Amino acid sequence: MLNLDQYSCLGAALRDALERWPDEVCLIESDRNREKTRLTYSDFKETARPLARALQDADFKPGDRAAIIMTNQSKWLISAYAVFHIGGVVVPLDYKLTATEHLQLLTHSRAKFLVVEYHLWRAITHAPEFSHNQVKTVLVTEAPLGADLAGAFRWEEFRRKGEPEFLSRKRDDIACIVYSSGTGGRPKGCVLTHENYLEQCKSLIAWYPFWPGVRYLSILPTNHAIDFMVGFIGPFVCGACVVHLRTLRPDFVRDAFVKYKITYVSLVPMVLKNLERGLKAKFQELSSVKRFLLNRMISLNRAFARKRLNIQRSRRLLREVHEGFGGELLAMFTGGAFIEPSTLQFFYDLGIPVANGYGLTEAGTSLTLNDFRPFRADTVGKPLPGVELRILNPDADGIGEVAAHGKTIMAYYLDDPELTAGTIVEGWLLTGDLGRFDGIGHLQLFGRKKNMIVTEGGKNIYPEDVETVFDGLPVKEYCVFAANYIWPDKQLGREALVLVLRLDQNQEFDDRLKADIVARNRKLPDFKRVGGYAIWSEDFPRTASMKIKRNLLAEELGEHLDRSTAVSEL
Amino acid sequence: MHMTMTDKTLDEILTLAAAHFNVPRQRLTPDDDFFKTLGIDSLQALDLLTKLENHFRIELPDYELQGVSDFRTLASRIQARL
Repeated sequence: MLNLDQYSCLGAALRDALERWPDEVCLIESDRNREKTRLTYSDFKETARPLARALQDADFKPGDRAAIIMTNQSKWLISAYAVFHIGGVVVPLDYKLTATEHLQLLTHSRAKFLVVEYHLWRAITHAPEFSHNQVKTVLVTEAPLGADLAGAFRWEEFRRKGEPEFLSRKRDDIACIVYSSGTGGRPKGCVLTHENYLEQCKSLIAWYPFWPGVRYLSILPTNHAIDFMVGFIGPFVCGACVVHLRTLRPDFVRDAFVKYKITYVSLVPMVLKNLERGLKAKFQELSSVKRFLLNRMISLNRAFARKRLNIQRSRRLLREVHEGFGGELLAMFTGGAFIEPSTLQFFYDLGIPVANGYGLTEAGTSLTLNDFRPFRADTVGKPLPGVELRILNPDADGIGEVAAHGKTIMAYYLDDPELTAGTIVEGWLLTGDLGRFDGIGHLQLFGRKKNMIVTEGGKNIYPEDVETVFDGLPVKEYCVFAANYIWPDKQLGREALVLVLRLDQNQEFDDRLKADIVARNRKLPDFKRVGGYAIWSEDFPRTASMKIKRNLLAEELGEHLDRSTAVSEL
Repeated sequence: MHMTMTDKTLDEILTLAAAHFNVPRQRLTPDDDFFKTLGIDSLQALDLLTKLENHFRIELPDYELQGVSDFRTLASRIQARL
């Protein structure tokens, strides 16, 4: 791998990677079972440099911001490379947001350039807010012939001959602005520096190395901090290969493991559970004799792996299971405390380590990770090299807010000094998550102090962001909360949003009102929907400027309402 | 009563979804939120999309399912590609 200490910016490290491993394959893109693209580092250079040159000729200046809104594919990485090469800042936006949300974040980030897939661009141009669009140059990928591009350029044709001028950045210059949430309410644009990424990459690779020949399957969206790191920067600075799938159908994902002999993959808890379910169903279909033999082999492997996992031995004992994953899988990465320990144990017993970790966009990628020394199914692992963690104000059980310090912590929230000051205090990032350390230095998470939830699909949902859908609801007042914020229960399994209603005098909660709420709720993407409602009989406490005092209201609700009886399902 | 092409597509989708997720056909209606009625997550919904592709002999990119949660909208997306 490249020695990242020698570099001041991602652009320089990536540039040298292309020179160092010209003949290694760096990108494979497959749509269903059809391989569409296969690029060596040399091919990548031939594709990315003319794009970088064309951007420069289009007046792209160092420090200019370029947003990317694309599903996982090779053009995502090629575009990001081009932007870094000419000293730009990448703004990775979640392609699953709505067009209105995309436009809000494009405006908030002050992106001058945008790279976007055609179907997403079409949606953006049809949004009412499009008339306020301030992006100067838009590059659209895969647009059909004759399509109206509304002033955008075709990505495939946007290239110029001649070497682009490489523009170096300093370590504390901005590399990316990554939105951790906040489209409807208060946009939270995490400003991450080149140092943040170089240091994060160094510490992750120290525990989970890449090398030429390693193949990483990119399933998490590349705009997500984890995939950006282990599905782009990490593999590239080590000469490894990233495999993109244009569909995330479980059937094709399973095929890709085998076809491309995948080494690493990152998954959200939901996909991991889906894999577990699929494997268990397959085991059930075996004849009783075969199932008996399989169970014996799993028991044997579990006994061997109690102290330390030996993947080679597991592959010999459970050959067919491992071949189903391509036979070369070294680890699957996942994040958060949502994973049931039984799921982690299930895979570990098969000899397939699932490295469970914990992180947040504000901290780069990851703060802790399981290194299997030893394996623990009930923790999110140990702090990564260079990361310091503290438990603030621990209670009698040792549980308190997790605070983090280190070179991977973001610089600030874009345009929000107040939020930054409340989040990074004397160099320590206050995560809002509750945890404690066990006797061997592993972090256990217990819940959230902050008013938010994280879905099984890995999405951060802030109540303020979903409230706008209830604008004009015929009630006196309403407010959306994360249930755990009102009723802290030191566990993460029951995360849900609750709509709290204050009805007008003499108003009753009738079927018509419920139907209105249900209809509005359904306008939200499924992962953002409110799970239940509760009726509150007092006026909401408000500030002088009439904003709801959420913390005070949550306290009152928690004190007077019992979650199990007060919340009705929607 | 005359059945439009979309009605026919919708009917076939409901029948396929009922069979795939093992629920009685009469329990499903066009405007149902299929995540809720079928009790499925987004991955299982993608699985259903594969079944529908095979049935209608079309290819539907994953993004066609983005933001879609009822059978009627799904039918119109499929109808547009038939």
